[in-house]
Amino acid sequence: MSKYTEDDLEQELKTQEYKYGFYTDIESDTFPVGLNEDVVRAISKKKNEPEWMTEWRLEAFRVWKKMEEPEWANVHYEKPKFQDIAYYSAPKKKPKLNSLDEVDPELLDTFKRLGISLDEQKKLANVAVDIVMDSVSVATTFKKTLGEKGIIFMPISEAIQEHPELVRKYLGTVVPTTDNFYAALNSAVFSDGSFCYIPKGVKCPMELSTYFRINEGGTGQFERTLVVADKGSYVSYLEGCTAPSRDENQLHAAVVELIAMDDAEIKYSTVQNWYPGNKEGKGGVYNFVTKRGLCENNAKISWTQVETGSAVTWKYPSCILKGNNSVGEFYSIAVTNNFQQADTGTKMIHLGKNTKSTIISKGISAGKSQNSYRGLVQINARAENARNFSQCDSLLMGNECGAHTFPYIEAKNKSAQIEHEATTSKIGEDQLFYCNQRGIDTEKAIALIVNGFSKEVLNKLPMEFAVEAQKLLEISLEGSVG
Amino acid sequence: MELKDKLLSSYVAFENRVDTNSDIHEIRSKAFQNFEELGFPTKKLEAWKYTSLNSILKEDYSIFPNKGVAVELADVKKYFIHDIDTYKVVFIDGKYSPFLSETTHEHIDVCLMSAAFNKGKYKPIIDNYFNKVAKQDNLTSLNTAFATEGAFIHIPKNIEVEKPIQIINFTTGSEAATMLQPRSLVVVEENSHVQIIERHQSLTSNPVLTNAVTEIFAEKRAFVDYYKIQNDDNNASLVDNTYIEQQSNSVVSVHTFSFGGNITRNNLNFYQKGEYIDSILKGITIIEGKQHVDHHTLVHHITPNCESHQDYKGIYDERSTAVFNGKVIVEKEAQKTNAYQQNNNVLVSDKATINAKPQLEIFADDVKCSHGCTIGQLDDDALFYMQQRGIPKKEGKALLMFAFANTVLESVKIPEVKQRITELIADKLKVKIGFDL
Repeated sequence: MSKYTEDDLEQELKTQEYKYGFYTDIESDTFPVGLNEDVVRAISKKKNEPEWMTEWRLEAFRVWKKMEEPEWANVHYEKPKFQDIAYYSAPKKKPKLNSLDEVDPELLDTFKRLGISLDEQKKLANVAVDIVMDSVSVATTFKKTLGEKGIIFMPISEAIQEHPELVRKYLGTVVPTTDNFYAALNSAVFSDGSFCYIPKGVKCPMELSTYFRINEGGTGQFERTLVVADKGSYVSYLEGCTAPSRDENQLHAAVVELIAMDDAEIKYSTVQNWYPGNKEGKGGVYNFVTKRGLCENNAKISWTQVETGSAVTWKYPSCILKGNNSVGEFYSIAVTNNFQQADTGTKMIHLGKNTKSTIISKGISAGKSQNSYRGLVQINARAENARNFSQCDSLLMGNECGAHTFPYIEAKNKSAQIEHEATTSKIGEDQLFYCNQRGIDTEKAIALIVNGFSKEVLNKLPMEFAVEAQKLLEISLEGSVG
Repeated sequence: MELKDKLLSSYVAFENRVDTNSDIHEIRSKAFQNFEELGFPTKKLEAWKYTSLNSILKEDYSIFPNKGVAVELADVKKYFIHDIDTYKVVFIDGKYSPFLSETTHEHIDVCLMSAAFNKGKYKPIIDNYFNKVAKQDNLTSLNTAFATEGAFIHIPKNIEVEKPIQIINFTTGSEAATMLQPRSLVVVEENSHVQIIERHQSLTSNPVLTNAVTEIFAEKRAFVDYYKIQNDDNNASLVDNTYIEQQSNSVVSVHTFSFGGNITRNNLNFYQKGEYIDSILKGITIIEGKQHVDHHTLVHHITPNCESHQDYKGIYDERSTAVFNGKVIVEKEAQKTNAYQQNNNVLVSDKATINAKPQLEIFADDVKCSHGCTIGQLDDDALFYMQQRGIPKKEGKALLMFAFANTVLESVKIPEVKQRITELIADKLKVKIGFDL
């Protein structure tokens, strides 16, 4: 390549199509579209859920009916018609599997095309994978190894059957059903998700991961994840998603709840690459997610996210630092291209003494996309010696995109120490020139600069995930990374 | 009767009474309708999330204070910057006080809005500038609907105004509660320079609500240096709406010193309409008791190659609450913009609260924008060091606070104003410092 300029990059970004656009044809049994109490009851029944769970869902549904869709986010989109969505879809055959050989070959092929080989992961990466294929878990691996440690890692629908006392105790304690519009919707209709419980003092020996996929056309996916780390335990949880190319907008409204008890640590990493829509801004996934973690004394919750997909993202992984000396972290890279819109950030609620939080957010916008950081740092009156450091950096490519920051900082305690800084810049001509001078061609230079720009966050990803994260960055900003 | 209803019902009588030309009349009616529709801001509005006016709106304000009370110069002299010669536009309970004022029509116009509204020779200026940059939001509309009096300053081309202009609004407290709505217009033509000092002062502790609107127009290469001194009585509340439109190569700086008052809300808006503009927004806030100060700034970068610099420092004691909401918008066309924003806060008491929201909205790629916001305490080690060397704790603390606020203080260009601010800060911190800063 003789000369690769930023214009070329822009051109490439513009024409970059979604690489993982495909559609798996597995016979699904899908509910008719629409939502009412009967549908909620039917979902619950289909799952063979106990009475309390059905009631819980119905309560959430009643609350949801009275709520209005939030409009404060800096995103514009055609609102989903909630009565035009099928609220349940599951692969019809749900075989009990002991090995990968028994998995539907078509499904395996799907994962192969995604670049995820279960086999390989099992052997090399030491990762237990709970594959969620359209709302219902199809295969769970490594259950045995985890079982020996007393770790419970299973689809939440199974957990409701097998460990109802645990689920009942913790479900909805961090994100109440009344929390917000999408959380209430999710509580009413969630089809499946993952449940994870780490017993006292246990360090989970492997990275837990779930791959979410939206598969059935016109089916919204409502995942529910609950991770409970008991006293002194440690777990690293990985979540990643890709979705097939579809023309109609798909709704994804997940809820993730993390509970870190005294001295526990949860590391939650996400790579999100839902279908972002085509280059005219048609189609794409709406990603309206509520993620929140609760820290007891000396506990730590760390959110790491790489957001490259979705047409509209609305996501604020938060930490409630309830216990003394608890720590919350948020590391994020959000890449938007073409007509993507992202409004993402975090909330750090300091309640306990000596609580610390760190926020590192990197936004990269290209094409005609809009990328917003929205965050809240709240120091309550009793949170002595609370400490927060926030850094939000934005990189703009081209003059048709936008970068926005909306940080809210509320301090009610004099011993609080809060620092917030934000910068916005583009890839400097002088930076490129410097690299060129030293024999690095422009493409490599851009890669170098973008890599350097996001390094602080990429470094936080677990080893097993780093490869996939890089892959996704490559897809979103091909030509600029590596 | 609620204040809104009172305002609405008195508008008709007011409208019949004021004798103004029809153009203004139209602007008024429109603004009135606007306010009727919007009402007073509530906490539900994002821009008023942290500031509630409820506590001050329940007073039974007299909207058109009538009883004229004579004010002796000796009693109010301390509120003037009196050790230098200045032009003065002074209002007592919203009425012009010729006795305390010193206006001029020589080369420049330093006079009254009421004159500007009614005299034919000012009509072109009123037509061109009045209500042209002011946002049509609720409180500004309210002011526009009832605007009759305020300072009118017009500096024609190529004039460096030789002495600063003081605009002072006194409230005598002759009514149990007074509402004032001064409206000022400042037009600075090409290549001209002007310095303005503004103050609102209540002379008794009767409640006062001031809803002020000031429009400032800086034409090409104009320099405007504006100082707002807010050190009012604890029962006086102020909503200060300032709108500034700048043309190419102009420099406008606004310093806001907020020490007194009950609820103070500053809406400071800059609109850059030319290239190579510099906008400077600085402020020091030192409050205590139950005081509340809210700084809402907006810098709208519309054109390329402009700069903006913001620096706000705050020290909050006792149960005081403060808000800083700094918004910078960089439009697509505004390439090569440099926008800086800094906001540093010190909480002295456990009961004090600061809510900060430094906000950037950027649509252009070739820009340098940064903002920094900190909340922290004074350095204990530095304090200890000073105590070791015989500086009492209180004075030591005061010194650290002066040092903290100094980046704002040092950019004050009128030495007497700087001196006055230093005294006010020392007074506020209850210390005597034996040197000039």
